[in-house]
Amino acid sequence: MKRLSRYRRHKAAGPALLIFALLAIGTTFSVASANTTAQTTTADRSALIEEGRQIFLKGCSSCHGLNSEGGVIAPSLVGVGAASVDFQVGTGRMPMADMSTQAMRKEPLYTPEETAALAAYVASLAPGPEIPTEAQLNYERDGSTAEGGELFRNNCAMCHNFAGQGGALTQGKYAPTLMGVEPKHIYEAMITGPQAMPVFSDKTITPKEKMDIIKWIKHAESEPNLGGASLGRVGPVTEGLLAWTFGLGILIGVAVWLAMKAR
Amino acid sequence: MTTEHRLGQVANYVDERTGAAAWMKKNLQKVFPDHWSFLLGEVALYSFIILLLSGTYLTFWFDPSAREVIYEGSYEPLEGVQMSAAYASTLHISFEVRGGLLMRQIHHWAALIFMAAIVAHLMRVFFTGAFRKPREANWIIGIGLLTLGIVEGFLGYSLPDDLLSGTGIRIAEAIIQAIPVVGSYLSYFAFGGAFPGEAFIPRIYIVHVLLLPGAFLALITVHLMMVWYQKHTQYPGPGRTEKNVVGYPLMPVYMAKAGGFFFIVFGITAFLAAVASINPIWLYGPYTPGQISAGSQPDWYMGWLDGLVRMSPPIETYFFGYTVSWNILIPGLIVPGILFTGMALYPFIESWITGDKREHHLLDRPRNAPNRTALGAMSITFMIVALINGGNDLIATHFDLSINQIMWGTRVGIFVLPPLAFVITKRLCLSLQRADRELVLHGRETGRLLRLPSGEFVEVHEPISPEKAYLLTSHEQAPALELATEDARGVKRAGAIRNKIRSRMSVAHAEAVPKVSTEDLKEIESH
Amino acid sequence: MSNEIEAIKDPGLPAHVHRKADHDPVAARRAERQVAAMFMISGLGTVLLIASFFIPDDVFVFVPVMGNQNAHQLGLGLGMAISLFFIGMGAIHWAKTLMPDQEVIAHRHEFRSPDSDRKEFVDTVKEGAAATGLGRRSLIKRTLGAAIGLSAVSPLLLFRDLGPLPGNDLKETSWKSGTYLVTDPGDRRIRASDLEVGAVAQVLPESDDPEHRKLNDIAKDAVLLIRLRPDEFNLDAERLSWTHEGIIAFSKICSHMGCAVALYEQTTKHLLCPCHQSTFDVTRAAKVIFGPAARPLPQLNITVDAEGYLVARDPFYEPIGPSFWGRISS
Repeated sequence: MKRLSRYRRHKAAGPALLIFALLAIGTTFSVASANTTAQTTTADRSALIEEGRQIFLKGCSSCHGLNSEGGVIAPSLVGVGAASVDFQVGTGRMPMADMSTQAMRKEPLYTPEETAALAAYVASLAPGPEIPTEAQLNYERDGSTAEGGELFRNNCAMCHNFAGQGGALTQGKYAPTLMGVEPKHIYEAMITGPQAMPVFSDKTITPKEKMDIIKWIKHAESEPNLGGASLGRVGPVTEGLLAWTFGLGILIGVAVWLAMKAR
Repeated sequence: MTTEHRLGQVANYVDERTGAAAWMKKNLQKVFPDHWSFLLGEVALYSFIILLLSGTYLTFWFDPSAREVIYEGSYEPLEGVQMSAAYASTLHISFEVRGGLLMRQIHHWAALIFMAAIVAHLMRVFFTGAFRKPREANWIIGIGLLTLGIVEGFLGYSLPDDLLSGTGIRIAEAIIQAIPVVGSYLSYFAFGGAFPGEAFIPRIYIVHVLLLPGAFLALITVHLMMVWYQKHTQYPGPGRTEKNVVGYPLMPVYMAKAGGFFFIVFGITAFLAAVASINPIWLYGPYTPGQISAGSQPDWYMGWLDGLVRMSPPIETYFFGYTVSWNILIPGLIVPGILFTGMALYPFIESWITGDKREHHLLDRPRNAPNRTALGAMSITFMIVALINGGNDLIATHFDLSINQIMWGTRVGIFVLPPLAFVITKRLCLSLQRADRELVLHGRETGRLLRLPSGEFVEVHEPISPEKAYLLTSHEQAPALELATEDARGVKRAGAIRNKIRSRMSVAHAEAVPKVSTEDLKEIESH
Repeated sequence: MSNEIEAIKDPGLPAHVHRKADHDPVAARRAERQVAAMFMISGLGTVLLIASFFIPDDVFVFVPVMGNQNAHQLGLGLGMAISLFFIGMGAIHWAKTLMPDQEVIAHRHEFRSPDSDRKEFVDTVKEGAAATGLGRRSLIKRTLGAAIGLSAVSPLLLFRDLGPLPGNDLKETSWKSGTYLVTDPGDRRIRASDLEVGAVAQVLPESDDPEHRKLNDIAKDAVLLIRLRPDEFNLDAERLSWTHEGIIAFSKICSHMGCAVALYEQTTKHLLCPCHQSTFDVTRAAKVIFGPAARPLPQLNITVDAEGYLVARDPFYEPIGPSFWGRISS
């Protein structure tokens, strides 16, 4: 002790002490946090769930009930899983803009972090479909466009149209366009069956098949129209309209010019 | 040797063998009246030629076989997919044959324009009364061409055997199957067994490339020869009578204009094929009966049939174990049958109503035949309502409506709107007649105001030219038929009811605003 | 037909109005140059067509409004369009501005033949007909009629083999007692637990050769499997027994005109056929609630086997698909 105190007034004593203190605190902290990762993540997770609960109470409980038990105008969220929330909130469908026939895709109200919090909260209520993992979304590597097309035409085209442009359902409902939808949201829609859409569980359409479908949809989205402008990719209706207006219309215009006397 | 000398030698060669100079001389001088509305039939004719040319091109690569193959071409999203050889060959034409996709698109756009031009031409002929004697047979041939065109188009777009057109064939098969007594037999004969079978594609191929084009060539030739021989009709006007044709000679003017118009039609069709994608069968996928796409429609000229079938009430009757599907037969066969038969027989119906058995070479201005024009408007309204219902799902998604509402709207509309269109159109025609009368009697309103010495303001009217006055009064206003229902002794005649109906219709048909008469003009002069 | 004299007389063809090119040589030369220019533009179009033929087909150009377009296709099409269109424009402009535009009058002749010709025609026909002797020789007439009538039969007979007689084919499918339900595509057997409430599955009967299923079979065998909560059904006891734990199976082939009825609305429990909008209520055994279909979709009686895989208990109890005359009669 006497030896140490001899350097008490050394001019390097202050900085050395400072550096020592910083190192000690830093090392202690990282060691401590490394050891207790699980506890901290759970703590983080609880924090996330609590954050989600707060957002829920403010923005969702008025329709979905204070305990997500549902009500007259909104279903219960118990058991819908993180995937449902990530889809509905992530595509902007929820909160619903107006109480019309069905929720429309629009600009999301909540940030990705808030969405994750909401998802964590709802997932904590009861087990349900989970947000797909990176591996489940690696469609570029693991998916097959051709098989995806077959699956799409068998399971999706009847509502969403052969090119994913969307289609009509009864009483004003509709299957929306699949163009410009994130792969994650496509996957989540399939496993959660939002609104009128049925559920396509992983046993009936396996995760690999889901990747095939996503790959095909992404291909259709980026595929340039080979023969000219696309006319909406909805088939003969727009083609007929164009034939009458642009086709015959222009020809009649030329005919009028043809029969007019020249100046 | 000059060109003239050379040409003279050729002409001599031909004339010594055929005597062509005599009839060539006459025909090169043939006069054709010039009006843009007379070019609609030409659009149809030229589209037909384009269809023949582009279609022949396609036959060099198309494989009309339903044989199952595995796709090994360049379009990645269909790699390894099982499909018919017909579908695979159409993909080959679209992706690997240079110019193939362009030709496919020219062929399909030409087909759509062909049918649109036929309908526009039909409307022109109808509204101007060009179907009257001596052209009744030509009208019937025209209706025949329209009907064959619808069938030919349907068969044509069904050849690639894609999901959309295959669905259309399924529906056609259901119509055949629904025919009472013989339906299932006819279906099994047509398809060579159960649907879809392997015989249908090759069979419709022969109908589409040989039988129907042959029928078209024959009918179009007769159609044109009749126009040639009977001479084209012309619009009324100064210098134009029932006994002359005023226009331009075939050589050189008509040849240049009509020939040039062929290139215009071909050019516009090619332009559409260059900039607008049509029938992208690679996106539809190959046909299999377990699949369907939302928004499945036939091509536009069959859209009205689809609309009628959609709006039909769900009526089937069962007796002694037999089923009659009225929900298919009425919209799919009976109503179209009545419509097209009525259309074909219309010249005779109208001449029965008017009792008019004379030749007509001067066209009617539509306003001067209000009943006929109103009838035409009624038919067009019917077709448009049906057509709208055929696209009700696309209309619903695009305009945020409900297919159920649209369906109910058209179910009611198809009964309510056509008679409404009839009444409105007839009143419009009579109003236009009144306006014409005013124009003749009082002249054109100039918009200039004049103050009379008495202080009154009047608008200055300018008398119209004698040519215009003639045009507005040269039409005929035949009185209604008066048919006796009783004979001289007051006893009801046989056929009394027929005569009564005929009289009533004749009176309705003859309703018109009276033309300006000599007395009217004298009265005006005395003002 | 009015007998009164027409109020306004025909003033005759209006006086001819000359065009600029008719009297002004400068205008005529201008018109000539315009026609020539059009023909030259057409030539340029052909050049574009030829050049585009050699553009590789993976080159894309951005065109406003149309987006990314394939250069080869666009060039071919535009080249062809321009080359054709301007030949036409040139020819028409030439005719309009430079060729004579004096209207010409031709006269119509009456169609009706002169009476003497008509009489001669009738006489020729009469004499010719008499010369055949058909009037007198009734034996020839009758046997001729019979021969022609009979010969019309053989073409009909020659077409007999266009197809087989339907027999019972329209009433049978591949579904038999014990047939396994498999996914389409994938051909995997299905357990009840594979389906969640609200799920839908496209199903075919298990086949020995799944790689080579015939379209004819798919056209009759396609089935839709839907899972509801058992309390959501509104069925009589018998039809309820055809379901399994809320799973119900229907023929996918529309009873109206044969399209695939595969649109399932989870919220309303309705099936919609996209062809003609027939709507079927799943909770009431696919009863038709809207649209032109007259009959419900036939329900398939399903159960599970010992291992829990879904199987058909019986074939379809009635013919699937569109109606036909003899549908109900045996």
